[in-house]
Amino acid sequence: MNPFAYSRPDSIDSAIDELVTEPAAKFIGGGTNLIDLMKENIEKPSRLIDINRLPLTDIVELPDGGLRLGALATNADTAYNPLVKERYPLLSQTILAGASPQLRNMATNGGNLFQRTRCYYFYDTSMPCNKRKPGSGCGALNGYNRIHAILGTSDSNPLTTCIATHPSDMCVALAALEAVVRVEGPNGERTVAMADFHRLPGNEPQYDNTLQPGEIVTAIDLPANGFAQHYNYLKLRDRASYAFALVSVAAGLELEGNTVTNARIALGGVAHKPWRKTEAEELLVGKEAVAANFRPVAEKLLEGAKGYGHNTFKIDLAKRAIVRALTEAVTMQKATPQ
Amino acid sequence: MQTTLSPPAPVENASAALPALGTVRLTVNGTAKTLQIAPWTTLLDALREYLNLTGTKKGCDHGQCGACTVLINGKRINSCLTLAVMHDDHEITSIEGLANADGSLHPLQTAFVDHDAFQCGYCTPGQICSAVGLMNEGQAKSEADVRELMSGNICRCGAYPHIVDAVTEVMGIEKQA
Ligand SMILES: Cc1cc2nc3c(=O)[nH]c(=O)nc-3n(C[C@H](O)[C@H](O)[C@H](O)COP(=O)(O)OP(=O)(O)OC[C@H]3O[C@@H](n4cnc5c(N)ncnc54)[C@H](O)[C@@H]3O)c2cc1C
Ligand code: SF4
Ligand code: FES
Ligand code: FES
Repeated sequence: MNPFAYSRPDSIDSAIDELVTEPAAKFIGGGTNLIDLMKENIEKPSRLIDINRLPLTDIVELPDGGLRLGALATNADTAYNPLVKERYPLLSQTILAGASPQLRNMATNGGNLFQRTRCYYFYDTSMPCNKRKPGSGCGALNGYNRIHAILGTSDSNPLTTCIATHPSDMCVALAALEAVVRVEGPNGERTVAMADFHRLPGNEPQYDNTLQPGEIVTAIDLPANGFAQHYNYLKLRDRASYAFALVSVAAGLELEGNTVTNARIALGGVAHKPWRKTEAEELLVGKEAVAANFRPVAEKLLEGAKGYGHNTFKIDLAKRAIVRALTEAVTMQKATPQ
Repeated sequence: MQTTLSPPAPVENASAALPALGTVRLTVNGTAKTLQIAPWTTLLDALREYLNLTGTKKGCDHGQCGACTVLINGKRINSCLTLAVMHDDHEITSIEGLANADGSLHPLQTAFVDHDAFQCGYCTPGQICSAVGLMNEGQAKSEADVRELMSGNICRCGAYPHIVDAVTEVMGIEKQA
């Protein structure tokens, strides 16, 4: 780790001020991603601004029937919160499918949004990586890319190529639930829809998200509809627990009898951001909730998918995972323990 | 409370920057300790290198193994991924703090011995602290829950079946046939 200064501001405003005055500084939440990256010399902040004592740990009901998750509530406190469990069981299940109990006790909801890719070449400072060092090339494109993206990649220009995935589980459920991120910065407050919070690599793979300099995430708002009757997070990975997703599916359905009236599907492990396609979801509306109707949805979601060798298996895996996730959401029975 | 430690270190020329020490007060196993350490000292290194509490182990140093598990205000965390300076008014409990004042062992320690729940023993302090945290959290109701909620602790010797036996016994959870 590089030497750095440490401060612990006592208000959101002073936290923002500190970051504006010292742009090379970084906020630290649970530290589970930032300290890991600092030990690898990938992140080298001049100062850590410890935001853990800011009053952003509450989970409170909103007047519109939604729920506000404080940016500094831990992943564990969020997953086990009675209101989250009752009204947003998809989110609870998804968070508990990620990392380990120790890590979930440390990780904050805000920090989870910002966790960086687990691409091996991003982590290895002796390798080229356009995300870590813009213009240096992409080690993964022709390297070992089993965990990499199959949708929304950038691969036409060697100097901007990036096929990394966003590794978060929580963000996949937040995308399916159409959560809204609350941000504060030098120019005041704004809200960002989950769909617009993370970005595709495009020509600037160094940017994972759309946060602006000096901004802090204060909360994540969940809309009233939690799809609590028919939901499922299916996470496929190399071992049953404590591993990142190869492919994951967050699904929420509303049914009248066996007819779908509303559907949400978001994919993890396949792109630089949680992958959603509303056209695919619309295909289901008014249809019977049976596998034969889920398959075209899977085809639609994977439209344009491209494999890079080691990760090509993910295309078929994702399609089958979507059908299985939706089938399990209808019956609320898991085929295997997760 | 506004807390500030050390002046900003020049990043451009990081190797030339002098380590800036600051005073950090940690409460470890019920005892208050004052340390002069740099902000980049992890809690794990503070325990092992500055407080001589070497029961807490360094396995991966990246949150991937659980050997460094300690309790902060009763909750288990990976001490390798947090900084000591972030915990100056927290209650930290390491494996050394689990036994009773009279020297008798914590029930989980006894159960690990009874069930032979280790081979080399390197993961054991982390396993036991993790199991204490598991019990404090109150989420595990079945053997399957115990397995899942102990998955943050890797045992390279593969003592898992005996670890599960020890933990389920202390928790009073029926073993599945
Ligand atoms: C071994 C291991 C396994 C893991 N497995 C999984 C897994 O299976 N699934 C999964 O989803 N995740 C997994 N994780 C990742 C983990 O979930 C993230 O590291 C965690 O959510 C990050 O949160 P944090 O509070 O610790 O962030 P920090 O490390 O504190 O911060 C991360 C980044 O976010 C910024 N930041 C933090 N809070 C804010 C805020 N409020 N506003 C603006 N910026 C902010 C920081 O400046 C920093 O750049 C794993 C991690 C490890 C180490
Ligand atoms: S995939 Fe992205 S993160 Fe990985 S090496 Fe290529 S540019 Fe870097
Ligand atoms: S040493 Fe901390 S998790 Fe491995
Ligand atoms: S007993 Fe050897 S690693 Fe667990």
